[in-house]
Amino acid sequence: MSVFGSRQKWSDERVEQVLGNLLRVGVVAAAVVVAAGGFLHLARHGGAPADHHTFHGEPQDLQSPWGILAAALALRSGGVIQLGLLLLIATPVARVVFSVFAFALQRDFTYVVLTLAVLGVLLYSLFVGHA
Amino acid sequence: MSVLMFTLLVWVGAVLAGFLGALTGLGGGVVIVPLLALVFGVDLRYAIGASLVSVIGTSSGAAAAYVREGYTNIRVGMFLEIATTLGALCGAFLTAAVPVEGIAVVFGIVLLLSAFLSSWPRPEDNITDTPDALAAHLRLDGSYPTPQGLRGYHVHHVPLGFGLMFVAGILSGLLGIGSGAFKVLAMDQAMRIPFKVSTTTSNFMIGVTAAASAGVYLRRGYIDPGVAMPVMLGVLLGSLLGTRVLVVAQTQILRIIFGLVILALAIEMIYKGLTGGL
Repeated sequence: MSVFGSRQKWSDERVEQVLGNLLRVGVVAAAVVVAAGGFLHLARHGGAPADHHTFHGEPQDLQSPWGILAAALALRSGGVIQLGLLLLIATPVARVVFSVFAFALQRDFTYVVLTLAVLGVLLYSLFVGHA
Repeated sequence: MSVLMFTLLVWVGAVLAGFLGALTGLGGGVVIVPLLALVFGVDLRYAIGASLVSVIGTSSGAAAAYVREGYTNIRVGMFLEIATTLGALCGAFLTAAVPVEGIAVVFGIVLLLSAFLSSWPRPEDNITDTPDALAAHLRLDGSYPTPQGLRGYHVHHVPLGFGLMFVAGILSGLLGIGSGAFKVLAMDQAMRIPFKVSTTTSNFMIGVTAAASAGVYLRRGYIDPGVAMPVMLGVLLGSLLGTRVLVVAQTQILRIIFGLVILALAIEMIYKGLTGGL
């Protein structure tokens, strides 16, 4: 199998190491941001009655990546939590982006194309897919 | 109930769900949705949104560890993710078309099937058979570590596995779960991939599959920060503890208890769906 060849800079093992680190960093960063937003949320609205029984959707600005970023920068607790959740959603997307480069470095162009197809579906969902 | 009380109780429930999910290998998502919808009276769409996000967290966290152990077949994962992400996108769009009661009934049935599938007897790892032309062309065949060193295996029935993965993706996007039981079924039963490789590769794929429907969920307003925050943090902590304990725990009794909990939740979901009590 050529993937185990020593002349290749990016062996499957090296790819696996980097992938593992990428996933771990993404999850930890997301959890920290969500927890920070959670504390803000409880400090400001902890005493209010909880209402999640009826569905009314989220405010318009918490429905898109750019709107969430703006709300988080304004330190709105809902915005900070959503930013953390967005980081979490971005973690597997980043993993797929990295895989595109890893397969390209391995000169495995079939998989570069296959991985780009997956990335296309993900980006469509995040930025285009509407109700 | 105040926001503080709600957050704390949901967080505790999520820690437990994540813990039991990791111990039994069923994942936390399958119980989070019924827990939120039936016990806390959360709207099913918010419950599904929060569960889906937590699924991305546990899958990515566990994959970080598994990938380094060398069991995960990244090529098989990448290739099948085309099917699961397309399915997940379809499933996420379906949630708007299917009434909440219908989703509850489908959820109950899938819950029963997942519990049943996870108790299915494992086939012997068949590694001395002939290679499959399509699998060889896609370089899907791989190897995994055993006490006797690296062991190679061949992948079979690629189109069938691909089709099953599309269905697993639809269920994931429709119900906000990882649908790991169905992904493992597609790999170890249909494609005859060794069990340990199937479970770790399934876990590897769950995050990307869930991310494909998360974008649509976000845009539809299904992901509520007040619900998703305690669920995500709780399930993440619970599953982390669960994987630590897994090595030493006697899981047989836990599996039975968890199985009974799932059975009760499934029946309740189907009943509430049919009678319109959600």
